[in-house]
Amino acid sequence: MSEHRTEALEDEGKKKKKKKDKERRRAEEAAAEAAARPAGAPRTVADVFHTMEYGPAPEEDTVANAWLDAHGRRFDHYIGGAWVPPSDGAYFDTSNPARMSKLAEVAQGSTADVDRAVAAAKAALPGWRALGCHGRARYLYAIARHIQKHHRLFAVVESLDNGKPIRESRDIDVPLVARHFYHHAGWAQIMDEEMRDYVPLGVVGQVIPWNFPLLMLAWKIAPALAMGNTLVLKPAEYTPLTALRFAELCAEIGLPPGVVNIINGDGKTGAALVDHPDVKKIAFTGSTGVGRIIRKATAGTGKKLSLELGGKSPFVVFEDADLDSVVEGVVDAIWFNQGQVCCAGSRILCQESVAPRLLDKLRARMERMRIGEPLDKAIDIGAIVAPVQLEQITKLVQQGQDEGASLWQPSWSCPTEGLFYPPTILSDVSPASTVAQVEIFGPVVTFMTFRTPKEAIALANNTRYGLAASVWSENLNLALDVAPKIKAGTVWVNCTNVFDAAAGFGGYRESGYGREGGKEGLFEYVKPRWIEDAADRPPHAPTKSEVGMSAPSEPSTTPSGLPPIDRTTKLYVGGKQKRPDWGYSIEVPGADGSPLGEVGRGNRKDIRDAVEAAHGARGWAAGTAHLRAQILYYLAENLAERQGELAGRIARMLGDPAAGTREVELSIDRLFTYAAWADKYDGLVHQTPLRSVTIAMNEPIGVMGIVCPNEHPLLAFVSLVGPALATGNAVVVIPSERHPLAATDFYQVMETSDLPPGALNIVTGHRSELVPTLANHDDVDQVWYFGPPEGAREVELASAGNMKRTWCDVGPRRDWTSDRESAGREFLRQATHVKNIWVPYGE
Amino acid sequence: MIGSAIERTLVGPMDHTLPRNPGMPLALDHVEAVQANTSAIERRAATVFARRSVKKQWQAAWLLKAITLIDLTTLAGDDTESNVLRLCAKARRPVRADLLAALGVADLPIHTGAVCVYHSHVKTAVRALEGSGIPVAAVSTGFPAGLTPLPQRIEEIRASVGDGAQEIDIVVTRSHVLRHDWQALYDEIAACRETCGDAHMKTILATGELGTLRNVGRASWVAMMAGSDFIKTSTGKESINATLEFGLVMTRAIRAYEELTGFKVGFKPAGGIRTAKDSLAWLVLMKEELGDRWLEPDLFRFGASTLLADIERQLEFFSTGRYSAHHHHPMA
Repeated sequence: MSEHRTEALEDEGKKKKKKKDKERRRAEEAAAEAAARPAGAPRTVADVFHTMEYGPAPEEDTVANAWLDAHGRRFDHYIGGAWVPPSDGAYFDTSNPARMSKLAEVAQGSTADVDRAVAAAKAALPGWRALGCHGRARYLYAIARHIQKHHRLFAVVESLDNGKPIRESRDIDVPLVARHFYHHAGWAQIMDEEMRDYVPLGVVGQVIPWNFPLLMLAWKIAPALAMGNTLVLKPAEYTPLTALRFAELCAEIGLPPGVVNIINGDGKTGAALVDHPDVKKIAFTGSTGVGRIIRKATAGTGKKLSLELGGKSPFVVFEDADLDSVVEGVVDAIWFNQGQVCCAGSRILCQESVAPRLLDKLRARMERMRIGEPLDKAIDIGAIVAPVQLEQITKLVQQGQDEGASLWQPSWSCPTEGLFYPPTILSDVSPASTVAQVEIFGPVVTFMTFRTPKEAIALANNTRYGLAASVWSENLNLALDVAPKIKAGTVWVNCTNVFDAAAGFGGYRESGYGREGGKEGLFEYVKPRWIEDAADRPPHAPTKSEVGMSAPSEPSTTPSGLPPIDRTTKLYVGGKQKRPDWGYSIEVPGADGSPLGEVGRGNRKDIRDAVEAAHGARGWAAGTAHLRAQILYYLAENLAERQGELAGRIARMLGDPAAGTREVELSIDRLFTYAAWADKYDGLVHQTPLRSVTIAMNEPIGVMGIVCPNEHPLLAFVSLVGPALATGNAVVVIPSERHPLAATDFYQVMETSDLPPGALNIVTGHRSELVPTLANHDDVDQVWYFGPPEGAREVELASAGNMKRTWCDVGPRRDWTSDRESAGREFLRQATHVKNIWVPYGE
Repeated sequence: MIGSAIERTLVGPMDHTLPRNPGMPLALDHVEAVQANTSAIERRAATVFARRSVKKQWQAAWLLKAITLIDLTTLAGDDTESNVLRLCAKARRPVRADLLAALGVADLPIHTGAVCVYHSHVKTAVRALEGSGIPVAAVSTGFPAGLTPLPQRIEEIRASVGDGAQEIDIVVTRSHVLRHDWQALYDEIAACRETCGDAHMKTILATGELGTLRNVGRASWVAMMAGSDFIKTSTGKESINATLEFGLVMTRAIRAYEELTGFKVGFKPAGGIRTAKDSLAWLVLMKEELGDRWLEPDLFRFGASTLLADIERQLEFFSTGRYSAHHHHPMA
């Protein structure tokens, strides 16, 4: 290249550079100018070309407003297929939390309104049931189709009323609603085949929360209708509107009047529904506090109850996780729906080795989140539903800081109008911190660290709740080891807040009981068919004499003429015979009133020790089902060995020689039944739309208290203990109060049958002294009560303490000799939780 | 609406205001620590754009920006001087002047980020683009399979640079990735980089042929360690091209590499990006995962041939309110 040419090039280069510099300067000036203009000022195309910012992207709300206007912005109750004004003329306002503006007013339900709605549901019941499976399936299918046809209106109304981002109502809530009705249209269709031993409950009362107004409606209504019930539903006070649009939809598809009734109102309205004698079941989603009130209100009424309550769900991050994906998981866990999610992953537990990196990544991600007008299609976080919720969040975060937590929020500030709270991380938190224990129900997550998988599990379970958990690891061995060990109804592996109609959702512990979704969810809306068939049978035989009150009788003699050797019957706790703490015994009379023997008079301390021993028997659940089967068979074998002796004793108890033999024979049969079931009560793999293996595992409930009925002292004992043991529970049994010796004789069978210590504990004594301790015990996970109704009420009342599950046999008198009524799946189902573990896959 | 703070400067494709990534010795611990959970990444890919929406003048501005990020490309066996020249003319004036005036951006320097051709057309393109400030990119290493012997690939780079290419898009030997022979991959890319000299190097990973997202992440690291200025998804010839999933894995690797070394590496998705909406999704992904700095042509490019035509139609719709026709816009 010649010199001349080079110079020319250089010249040209300089010129170019000058020109470019000038261009750049001009551009930079323009950019600076554009950026300096206040937010909200008009932006030109050129401005935005420089700033590359997001603009407003509002979802149209004209159709939603037109719908509200068409109703005069005033809504009555939907009862019996018609709009019915409130009996006392009262209405309350519902507002848009993002703008603090009134949207409409809604009828306030009185007791009279509730009565009317329940009456309408009751009247509709025979027709709805007579319609049959296919007929009901057609209606559910029509609901699903109509939801889809009007999906945008539902989404917009939902976001207006609740404050959730339109992206979520549009892409998550409403599609899941449609999916729920589709799925349950299917269950309606095949109910006769798949649920043939079950029948509908009747009129169902449902009370739902404000965080997912339409979705929770779907979760309640779809299975109730599919299983042939009619219902009265009360939406939350803050968010009544989509339910009213749904009521309209029911009319549009021609759903028979009275099948679905919607009444609005506050807690008083809900209470009237809960208390209504014609309501056979209450399904509630909401706070643990209200759940507790409902448990107490329905105690002893025989109403079936399912509660989906609060949570403080752990979000467990192992060091080998894909941390960038974990960050998005956290976004979905706690910044979904402003953190107002019962199963929100609100406690991050992060392996210490990656904690600083994860925190850095989270902070960077939070800087890019956007908060604001819920109808804006480009925001991540919308408005908090109501002022009182915002105050509560603010108060708890302050308390967290007062207790030493470090607060981190993004540098950008929240809108000042409307109810907004920024995404927040609280680190330097320990399990002892208030914010690590209580449900904040806002976009606030706590951050704690752990060292080992074992410690992660311990921290995860260090909560009174048990709704959901999320586990992040690329190691499938680790994830699948941890998932079953976390006490929660749903465990998401490498994902979070994923829901589907085909998978059950619900809690352990104080997060409530019952499942929604999947086959497991159907059982909340049915009862065993035999109960209906036996409706005119009298209830339980009234308890007669108090134990030990009968007259003393002659001492018996032996064939040799010598006095019999005294036999001391003890309690059986932790695999050992144990004297009662108190040192009192109770005389047990035979059928003829003559003394048959004595049993220990257990007291609260014996119950305490027995529960402790049951907790010590962890290996029982952890062992294989095959082992449990073997031991149950062995129990049957050893019982057969002592058949004559036990039959004789029972004959004397019941005053009927044939009854003794039959009792033992049937007991052996039933032990075989549960030995058979032990390794056959399989879980399911649900067909969810996510590319995932969704495993519905039947897990033992944990430590169970069983209160046996007086009748059939051995058969009922075995019928109750059998399914509990077969599924891996550890049990504390209070045997028949009148005939406790059958159970104490049985412990000698147990001692020769390899049953591990603590798996089955027997405490004899007065039911009135023992049951309250058992039902009140916070470390007992479930109580089965088979006794008189007043006792059932006490058990259910006391269970509200730790929200333990209860099964109280208050229906028609059960025939313990009948396999249909007293053995099989219903018992196994009562002895287990269904845990859904979601394992997405793909490489 | 409140969002992240605004901090902007305008950068041209050849404004090398940033220090170039010098690379670093191959550090296998970083490479092998890469995790990529496919299902979780798919979920993020499905929602990253669903969470954002760009409308009205914002959309028009973003689409104009997208034009400045396009490596307007022709990589066909039947390329001749005439269609390459037409492409270069389009690169200089990608949008009708009356349309730019209607949008109020007649003063903005709107031209594509580069023109991308085979080696044999570099000279033609360089001549056609003289004085425009638009660089010519050449795919110069046995594109698209990259299986010609390394010395020949090196020679091809040298020839392209000699012909005036200012950007070289290289392809990697997929088998090195599939066999996890990271050293070989590193050495090959480092050799190319050395040959590139002042020309900027974009390393095509051919993500659709790497088997797993984890491999994509690991290959991204090796490519950056070996001194790539850009990492690029695809040749456009694989059956799976630029997906948002690949984009997430690669941008996250870029972010982590910057955290480690302080150097910003560019990103170029290529293949299958055809609609204006596609381009907005990619811009959102860049803004969300890497930040606004990666919305400028020195750090972000689209490899695309038909994208521009759709963007032009959308811009006209914004301007007139009427849906536009292809034949109203000058073809490339």
